[in-house]
Amino acid sequence: MLEYVAIALMIVVSTFVALSAIGMGELLGPKKKSKAKDVPYESGMLPYGEGTRRIPVRFYLIAVLFILFDIEVIFFLPWAVVFRQLRIFGLIEMAVFIGILLVGYAYAWKKGALEWE
Amino acid sequence: MTIDLLLFLTLALVAVATALGMVTSKNTVYSALFLVLNFATVAVFYILLGAPFIAMSQITVYAGAIMVLFLFVIMLLGTERLNSANILPWQRPLAIILAVILTVEAGYLLIFKSNPTAMVNAPDASINTIGSLQSLGMALFTDYLLPFEATSILLLVAMVGAIILSKQDKNEKGGAK
Repeated sequence: MLEYVAIALMIVVSTFVALSAIGMGELLGPKKKSKAKDVPYESGMLPYGEGTRRIPVRFYLIAVLFILFDIEVIFFLPWAVVFRQLRIFGLIEMAVFIGILLVGYAYAWKKGALEWE
Repeated sequence: MTIDLLLFLTLALVAVATALGMVTSKNTVYSALFLVLNFATVAVFYILLGAPFIAMSQITVYAGAIMVLFLFVIMLLGTERLNSANILPWQRPLAIILAVILTVEAGYLLIFKSNPTAMVNAPDASINTIGSLQSLGMALFTDYLLPFEATSILLLVAMVGAIILSKQDKNEKGGAK
């Protein structure tokens, strides 16, 4: 477990730095709030409508394709570590795995899913 | 051993609290962020169980990629804020009944059927280094070869499904819009 202390320490320090960066202004700065100061663009254009906008479905498709290839890549790591022990058999099974996914890749390419219309 | 136990109990508390926060939060973006924290806690559980590779996968795939997908879907549907009128009426009692059944079942198995001597034989849980990745790789690419290859079919089906659902055919496009 001791090798993870460094990671835990890094998380603690980075959390502290981030929180102090946000908190310092709140703690030390003067606070005079008014309605004009609370608008998103002070002295800028007046806001209209909702702050949250619906994003187009294209982002979803790109995200799904990214996750699927991300999972594919995850499998490469344990495979690469035992590649020498598996010999040619390991190469064949990974070729089958990639081959099946290449069908999906070709389909995505052909359908224009990788293009940003 | 006691430090491990203390760490586990603290993290278990955080995991349960973030799960509750996710379910009860009215703002769905907050729910998603609670879920990120929950995934991170589960990743630490994997490290405690001697599976650093699974922990890393948990962070990169779940807390990274899948959460981005969830946030996209939330913003896609424009459901950042749920109003109480949208809560579906008949799902809630059904969900409570199913949750009670699951809890009773889990409790029954834990109390009457648990066999502490027949612990699951994790591959080299003591070696918390590259060795555990090696034994994982050997298990995955020899004993569990078929599930591994079936994963590629699963990924292919997900890919084709996502494209069909969200991508219109070029000739259909003019009519639909």
